[in-house]
Amino acid sequence: MRLARTHVLVSVNDEALLAGVRDVERALRAALAERGLGEEVQVIETGDPGIAGHGVVLVVHSDGVVYGRVAVSDVRENVDEHMVKGRPVRRLRIAGRSATTTALAERPRIVLRNCGVIDPESLDEAIAAGAYEGIAHVIETGMSPANLIALVKQSGLRGRGGAGFPTGMKWGFTAPGEVKYIICNADEGEPGTFKDRLILEGDPHRLLEGILLAGFAVGATKGYVYIRGEYALSIHRMQKAIDDARAAGLLGDAILGSSFSFDVEVKKGAGAYVCGEETALIESIEGKRGYPRLKPPYPGAVGLWARPTVVNNVETLANVPPIVVRGAEWFRSFGTASCPGTKVYTILGHVEVPGLVEVEMGTPLRRIIWEYGGGVRGGKRFKAALIGGAAGGFVDESQLDVAMDFDGLKEYAGVLGSGAILVVDEDASIVELLHGILRFFRHESCGQCAPCRTGTAALVQLSDAIRTGKAGPGDVDRLVDIARTMQATSLCPLGQSLILPVKSAVERFRSEFRTASA
Amino acid sequence: MRTLLEKYPRSAEYLLDILHDLQDAQPKRYLTPEALRAAAEHVGAPLSDVVGTATFYSMFSLKPRGRRIIRVCESPPCLLMGAETLLDVLRRHLGVEAGGTTSDGAFTLESTSCLGVCGVAPAMMIDEELYGNLTAERVTAIIDRLRRDDATR
Repeated sequence: MRLARTHVLVSVNDEALLAGVRDVERALRAALAERGLGEEVQVIETGDPGIAGHGVVLVVHSDGVVYGRVAVSDVRENVDEHMVKGRPVRRLRIAGRSATTTALAERPRIVLRNCGVIDPESLDEAIAAGAYEGIAHVIETGMSPANLIALVKQSGLRGRGGAGFPTGMKWGFTAPGEVKYIICNADEGEPGTFKDRLILEGDPHRLLEGILLAGFAVGATKGYVYIRGEYALSIHRMQKAIDDARAAGLLGDAILGSSFSFDVEVKKGAGAYVCGEETALIESIEGKRGYPRLKPPYPGAVGLWARPTVVNNVETLANVPPIVVRGAEWFRSFGTASCPGTKVYTILGHVEVPGLVEVEMGTPLRRIIWEYGGGVRGGKRFKAALIGGAAGGFVDESQLDVAMDFDGLKEYAGVLGSGAILVVDEDASIVELLHGILRFFRHESCGQCAPCRTGTAALVQLSDAIRTGKAGPGDVDRLVDIARTMQATSLCPLGQSLILPVKSAVERFRSEFRTASA
Repeated sequence: MRTLLEKYPRSAEYLLDILHDLQDAQPKRYLTPEALRAAAEHVGAPLSDVVGTATFYSMFSLKPRGRRIIRVCESPPCLLMGAETLLDVLRRHLGVEAGGTTSDGAFTLESTSCLGVCGVAPAMMIDEELYGNLTAERVTAIIDRLRRDDATR
């Protein structure tokens, strides 16, 4: 790597692309070249800086200066002042201006540690930042697969896809067999969720190493990363990471000279929310309609091509390498006793600073919304937060102090789910929002089982009647009734989990649901 | 079509990849009956299975579409931030309903579930380009700019 006096990290992610990062980067390189700084100042593309909602973000090292909302017209001033004279341009700095960035430095970052710091398309940089240390450690020390599973069990890592099932236990349950598969579920479709995208775009080698370690632990020979078709940049970066790792001998036959052989392939989805359900995802890889399978048997026994298969979420797998390198005790020093580690949340809707944040498990909801999300937009009053995506539950003001982990939310019959936090201010209508959620589910119901197919349609009809003032007495209770029937009889979590938004909306915001007689 | 298919092993595991490629190679951005038959033959599956798969996924179309495909995010976070209005604006501006193609074959208007850019809601995707923090004015400006770009090409 060429040595340079200063590095300017340009975050290239979907949000920055929207804000015109390519033009800014071009202007920056041109201005540096013009000033004769092309060699001295190196411009590096990185993934997401972990502070969304700031347009084009530039980080200047070693000064540690963070610039936000940089436009092409700002570039010349920036280069002249900061790069030439060494005076940071105060007007463009975001450190100190928002809670998000000041808190950034103090936050523990496990999965997002390298995001926005390294060039995600460079294997060298990933290795310099510690990638593949975990798999090297396992191979060098001759750690057995059983010991690796034991380590992950000790760490207390739980699945970050929504259900929170202990990862080590899932690996331990995998049936014996000659051929096994690891699938990384990157079909991130839960509305309001984009944490996995940032890992895929910002640190794909960390994820790849997590997949390798999972493969080693259960004795698999092949892994798949199933990425939703809409995530073009994620697909590109993951494919690049796989190609580079394979060329470097980190994938393929006899990895790092050991007897462990493993390869990984990217699978591109084609637009189906239900494929986020693990058995539907398996069907999709097999080239079929994404219909969920009946469980049991679970994928650990009968999965892809009827072979034992482990399906893990992106964020889950990204946690594995640091656990291997730094140990279970280190991991347990974060978060709570039953949910160790951190969680990546996306904060959206009516907040000042929408974006994402990685915080310790158990952090109170109030802190996440006000400290990291900057509070409710425009000084309005908080009404509700929908937690865990469309299939999540609403909480009201009285529940803001809930500790955000898999167990804390159970107290309020909620779920952590995908970690999406949608904030709703006093002016928004819960009835309208619920209607939107129900329409979403009607569209995404795969149609395989009757309770979900007809249930989602009936719910949309009812909620439409309620919001247009045409509902009769008992119609609001009927909403909950139908959702409850779906919970009991639907084949997969899509139909089963509608009870969460429906029941929490009706129970906590009953006064908004008006019927003709009421 | 043949050279495109030869890239892939003859296994249903590659069916989705094959369908993506065949659709992208078609100027009208859809899966023709010939393409579906060729895909079925290549992976050794009955045509009915391949049609079944193709019709399940929202990114595949069996009808001809416009040169550009607009996907408006209709997920709850975007709805909360005003996506419904966007779809109305686009319907009026383009003169088509959701799922329809403009008479000049320039645009197909579709709605989509979450695009995963909720930090800049409401959002839409035109082909592989994302657009966020949208307002009625910005949406019409984007469409008009694309129309001008296409006219001068």
